[in-house]
Amino acid sequence: MNFDKELDARGLNCPLPILRAKKTLGELGGGQVLKIIATDPGSVKDFAAFAKQTGNELLSTAEAGGEYTFFIKKK
Amino acid sequence: MDQKKLAIIATKGTLDWAYPPLILASTAAALGYEVQIFFTFYGLQMVRKDLSALKVSPLGNPGMPMKMPFGPKWFKGINWNIPNAVQSLVPGFESFATVLMKQTIKNNGVATIAELRELCQEADVKFTVCQMTVELFGFEHSDFIDGLEYVGAASFFEFAGDSDICLFI
Repeated sequence: MNFDKELDARGLNCPLPILRAKKTLGELGGGQVLKIIATDPGSVKDFAAFAKQTGNELLSTAEAGGEYTFFIKKK
Repeated sequence: MDQKKLAIIATKGTLDWAYPPLILASTAAALGYEVQIFFTFYGLQMVRKDLSALKVSPLGNPGMPMKMPFGPKWFKGINWNIPNAVQSLVPGFESFATVLMKQTIKNNGVATIAELRELCQEADVKFTVCQMTVELFGFEHSDFIDGLEYVGAASFFEFAGDSDICLFI
């Protein structure tokens, strides 16, 4: 999937992945896509909840080898 | 849709209890909430320039595991059952436990209190401080970080009365 910016949140624990994602999304324009890589298993539900509450669209969630990859499209 | 509001009263002055208000406040701010924290009584320790008073102790806290943050996995898994009598008699035990906890926090990629506090302020979480307890405990405004508003209970209700979520921590 194409993306405009990547955020490496590996090794970070709650609530840092969400806070960093929010900050990084602030640097993007509407419609641009942020790729996030995290290792916190709690981030799977959290990014879904974040997207739902902020109106940014969670395009996909994937897990491979203990790493979670999210694509979020900025509102 | 109107912006949601979260009001928190932070009353605890230990390292472990400093986390919930700051985690919830910073996360709510990231979700678009307007957030205000009212620091009172021992919660004042969270807004001091010097955060070294924030400690954690397993003494009288049976829910706190006492594990080592270093060594091989089997060693880290041991829960050291140290009797309360020993914990209370050995000088510096609390500081020792705090050092271990801070290392565990670091090992787990958990933010420090100073970091979370800064993230809250960057995200425009409003920090209000109970002036009565500042005086009661003999603090000066110069003991605290910048960006605080010194208020009383009535000011808290001005914000909390309109809040969607209100937490006492």
